[in-house]
Amino acid sequence: MKGHHKEVLFGLYNDEEVLMNAVKKANKQHLDIMDVYSPFPIHGLDPVMGLEESRLHIVGFIFGMLGTLTALIGISWIFGGSLMFHGDWPTIFGGKPYWSLPAFIPITFELTVLFCAIGMTVVFYIICGLGFGVDNPVLDDRITDDKFCLAFQTNDMDASAVDNLKGFFQSTGAEEVHTKTI
Amino acid sequence: MSAAVSRIREPLIMGNKSYHQITEDLIGPTEKAPNRMWIIAFTLSVMTLGYGIFSLCWTFWFGIGAWNANRTIGWAYDITNFVWWIGIGHAGTLISAILLLFRQRWRTGVNRAAEAMTIFAVMCAGLFPATHTGRPWFDFFMFPYPNTRGPLWVNFNSPLLWDLFAISTYFTVSLLFWYTGLVPDLATVRDRAKGVRKKLYAFFSMGWTGKAKHWQRHEYLSLILAGISTPLVLSVHTIVSFDFATSVIPGWHTTIFPPYFVAGAIFSGFAMVQTLMVITRKCFGLEGYITTNHIESMNKVILVTGTMVGSAYLIELFIAWYSGYIYEQFAFYNRVLGPYYWSYIGMMGCNLLAPQVFWSKNIRRNIWWTFFISIFVNIGMWFERFVIIATTLARDYLPSSWSYYWPSWVEIGIYVGTFGLFFTLYLVFARVAPVVATAEVKAILKQYGDQYMGENAKHHHHHHDATEDVEHDGHH
Repeated sequence: MKGHHKEVLFGLYNDEEVLMNAVKKANKQHLDIMDVYSPFPIHGLDPVMGLEESRLHIVGFIFGMLGTLTALIGISWIFGGSLMFHGDWPTIFGGKPYWSLPAFIPITFELTVLFCAIGMTVVFYIICGLGFGVDNPVLDDRITDDKFCLAFQTNDMDASAVDNLKGFFQSTGAEEVHTKTI
Repeated sequence: MSAAVSRIREPLIMGNKSYHQITEDLIGPTEKAPNRMWIIAFTLSVMTLGYGIFSLCWTFWFGIGAWNANRTIGWAYDITNFVWWIGIGHAGTLISAILLLFRQRWRTGVNRAAEAMTIFAVMCAGLFPATHTGRPWFDFFMFPYPNTRGPLWVNFNSPLLWDLFAISTYFTVSLLFWYTGLVPDLATVRDRAKGVRKKLYAFFSMGWTGKAKHWQRHEYLSLILAGISTPLVLSVHTIVSFDFATSVIPGWHTTIFPPYFVAGAIFSGFAMVQTLMVITRKCFGLEGYITTNHIESMNKVILVTGTMVGSAYLIELFIAWYSGYIYEQFAFYNRVLGPYYWSYIGMMGCNLLAPQVFWSKNIRRNIWWTFFISIFVNIGMWFERFVIIATTLARDYLPSSWSYYWPSWVEIGIYVGTFGLFFTLYLVFARVAPVVATAEVKAILKQYGDQYMGENAKHHHHHHDATEDVEHDGHH
């Protein structure tokens, strides 16, 4: 982030309902919200903020399918007996056919779940820009405790626009207003 | 999002907590120096673990001959302990996943610790089959990878291999689920810490800031992980039961095994959660978060699953007689009246009879009763696995090979050592991370805090309306 500093003006609220009303009011006034930070997920905030639904479930589905195919193709390639594979080392167990699908279901199921879970979790951390050792700037230490934060970026704003925002925070019941460069 | 909370629901957060008070109560224990109780418990656990490691080294040095398992009773103490631990490892993901899907809010008080317990229990469980192979340094042969041994592949038709996949998947998914839930709470610890601790928690909290978009994705991820963990948790013990059910041993070859094993796993898992929670809430002063209502809910699960398991025991007996198959009849005659009759009595007494006291509401809500019954259930479920495994094998088709089994000091040492491992890990976890999911508790405060419910709700009428308003918007 070097060379690209953000000037942030943010208000801290004591209650998620007050914050929610502030976000609604900001929308009405066509203020450009940078972000909202909270100690826990606030239900109903996403549509108010205009956040799209997450598409993480599609990622999960794709990885899950990848797991299904890995298991089925892998086992079929090894044991053969199917139309596609002659088998790397076909073996008879208990007089069953080389390719006995019902016996392959448990492992196929487990790999589907495994691939889905790992893929989705890794993608979650990547798209959120999170990971071990990542050091994201924290606006205020109390946001992970009991403060609800509404933030605006003020890089290109003139003094009157910033004052307008400060007035907005006061009128919506923000307990504190701060600026920070991140 | 759920609809408005029913008036008859009991509060889940007691003591008129504010958001900040929740942080203080739940993060606080990670910031103080450990008390004497913790140090004594930790020392004992590490010593026990040390004894376990010694017994394991003894086994590796002298071989499996150091155990009393023999040609007739080839699966004995180790597989009994394996199934017992893996059963205990079922409650955590059940609480996190199935109760999340069913919108049972009481999960928030206990899910974090229960998931941790799951992960540690699965680690203890995995140790036994890994050791039982005799040459654990060749255990990687169990994984199918291109090799120069033939190529010799593993048997994908075998339930033992399914088990390997099921348990590794279960461990991995539980770990991801648990850690992802922990990240926001670690960020809370980070933002309160200073110096080296801050750096450490900054590393492990992955740069979490509580952005709205991140919370949205976090909830999606949790929900979908819950969705896929639900069939997963049911599959794991089903597959463990296949280890027995697909054999041709009378007493093992029964179709009732999968549901009966899954019910038993939930039963024993909840019992272990109770044992730990009763102690944890006392030590950390968490009575406001793990309330009598939580304890009662879990006791109800114990009662239901205990009764299911008990019915399965009786159905097994009936079907053995009704089948008209003499080997099956003998297997069950032998379980009840054979040389291991005492373990059958232990199983029936602890699993079928003991939990029945929970029909009484007063007993369900009594901490001492809860604690003792949970210990009974833990013991009873161990006996159940012993009855199924050792008792059945002791009297096989050939009377000339009938045998008796009693564990050697090495086997007992390994078993005791897994308790050391389990409690060492649990005590470390309880020191370095919040044992109750802090962010999740805050998220349900306005619905389930005692100041917002029942008579008290009137004083907070304004808040309550606003909450419903918020949720209403969430629907559209």
